Amino acid sequence: MPVIDLAITPLRDLNSALHAIPQGSNDIAFEVVNPRGSHAVAVGIDAPVTVDVKGSVGYYCAGMNDGGSVTVHGSAGPGVAENMMSGKVVIEGDASQYAGATGRGGLLVIKGNAASRCGISMKGIDIVVHGSIGHMSAFMGQSGHLVVLGDAGEALGDSLYEAKLFVRGTVKSLGSDCMEKEMRPEHLTKLAELFEMAGITGVRPEEFKRYGSARKLYNFNIDNADAY
Amino acid sequence: MCGIVGLFLKDRSLEPQLGALLSDMLITMTDRGPDSAGIAIYGAPAPGKTKITLQSATPGPDFTKLEGALAEVGLRASVTVKNTHAVLEVDAGQGEETRAALARLRPGIRVMGSGDSVEIYKETGLPKDVVSRFDVRSMGGTHGIGHTRMATESAVTTLGAHPFSTGADQCLVHNGSLSNHNNLRRELVREGMIFETQNDSEVAAAYLTAEMAKGKDLGQALESALDDLDGFFTFVVGTKSGFGVVRDPIACKPAVMAETDQYVAFGSEYRALVNLPGIEKARVWEPEPATVYFWDHEKAA
Repeated sequence: MPVIDLAITPLRDLNSALHAIPQGSNDIAFEVVNPRGSHAVAVGIDAPVTVDVKGSVGYYCAGMNDGGSVTVHGSAGPGVAENMMSGKVVIEGDASQYAGATGRGGLLVIKGNAASRCGISMKGIDIVVHGSIGHMSAFMGQSGHLVVLGDAGEALGDSLYEAKLFVRGTVKSLGSDCMEKEMRPEHLTKLAELFEMAGITGVRPEEFKRYGSARKLYNFNIDNADAY
Repeated sequence: MCGIVGLFLKDRSLEPQLGALLSDMLITMTDRGPDSAGIAIYGAPAPGKTKITLQSATPGPDFTKLEGALAEVGLRASVTVKNTHAVLEVDAGQGEETRAALARLRPGIRVMGSGDSVEIYKETGLPKDVVSRFDVRSMGGTHGIGHTRMATESAVTTLGAHPFSTGADQCLVHNGSLSNHNNLRRELVREGMIFETQNDSEVAAAYLTAEMAKGKDLGQALESALDDLDGFFTFVVGTKSGFGVVRDPIACKPAVMAETDQYVAFGSEYRALVNLPGIEKARVWEPEPATVYFWDHEKAA
């Protein structure tokens, strides 16, 4: 397994190596040591590689991931897994602002807490947070699922489209046009499926509340002009 | 963008290393702001003395024979020159008189800050150059803050560099931009505050000074700032014995903190903290929006 030491190897070499993996290659497990908060670690992966990052990363780790499996054994700075297309990103520690922003697919698991704007403008990604999330999370979320085992900060799901939000703990406040919705059997099934994908045990889907769009804001209606 | 760092030591054995630790933290943040850099260090106060940090664009003529010139007007001062800066030590209680005399005798001199323990060094240029010009690495102290600036609200000048100090032993570094600084400046001027720049961060520093002059402690002044300051900010502030952090309610400017038994540290990014002793086992967290964090040596003692 290639071990890349970022104290010695330039970051660009790591990302180039990840981009240069030929189809059908067997050498697809990488270990990255000494990240020391570096930015843009393991971005732009478009092959089914596995990357284990031993330590904390800075901005935009695993951005644009398409099919890779990245685990950060530490915490992640702003914009982790931004615009993920497919694959899986796991953060063992905490994640900073806008984790999983604009993601179109794949699974982001944050084992600690996520800060503000988690899943902002999510477009199909599934995000599972073991801890709590900050304010303005899932703002303008369009599709995908955000599952929070802890609490949510202010203005959850503000201006939400069709992303589905599930929170086990308290929600400080709901954003504009976000409302609590009935938990139907298909949602319980989906939650159980997400738990399995994220390796979560000992939690029941029934413990969660579902939040979604009231659908009053995103089709222009002159009666809602004051709310814009 | 701007990069800010801060380090508040709890373990006295680290005090001789404060300047070196802060220098490394600041240099790591260079790519967040290459326009200017500055550092404020709280060192050991000399009993019965006040320190005044001076800066001059022409340090040769301004600082040479400054002791003698002050002595001629009856002021006893010792002068330590460090590159474009000098630290003046005068008898406590003679600070104001000395500043007035300096304005007369050496009009080119700017006062960077004053107090019992604070020394402030700031200049345009990269952090690595600024810390080496002033030999910051060799400095010890109890706590300090630093800033590397990407200029947005005012000119790239020495005076526009952070930290801003508007009261004795008080200083502030800021990442962000305030939107109501002009109005606030007008109000503070009416209350008697004096401004040296058009910089929004100086207004924030002066605001805190004015609030503390009304009897608030730093923590309370920072609480008021959340109501009265509009815009984006992450502030790290120092007082003679205290160290505070606050972010605006939107909190889009980055901030990471770490605490161990030995210190409390602040960085705009985690990268700034990676060389601190024991960081692997530190409690590391992102400060909450609109929440005041505050430590004080006197309160801890």
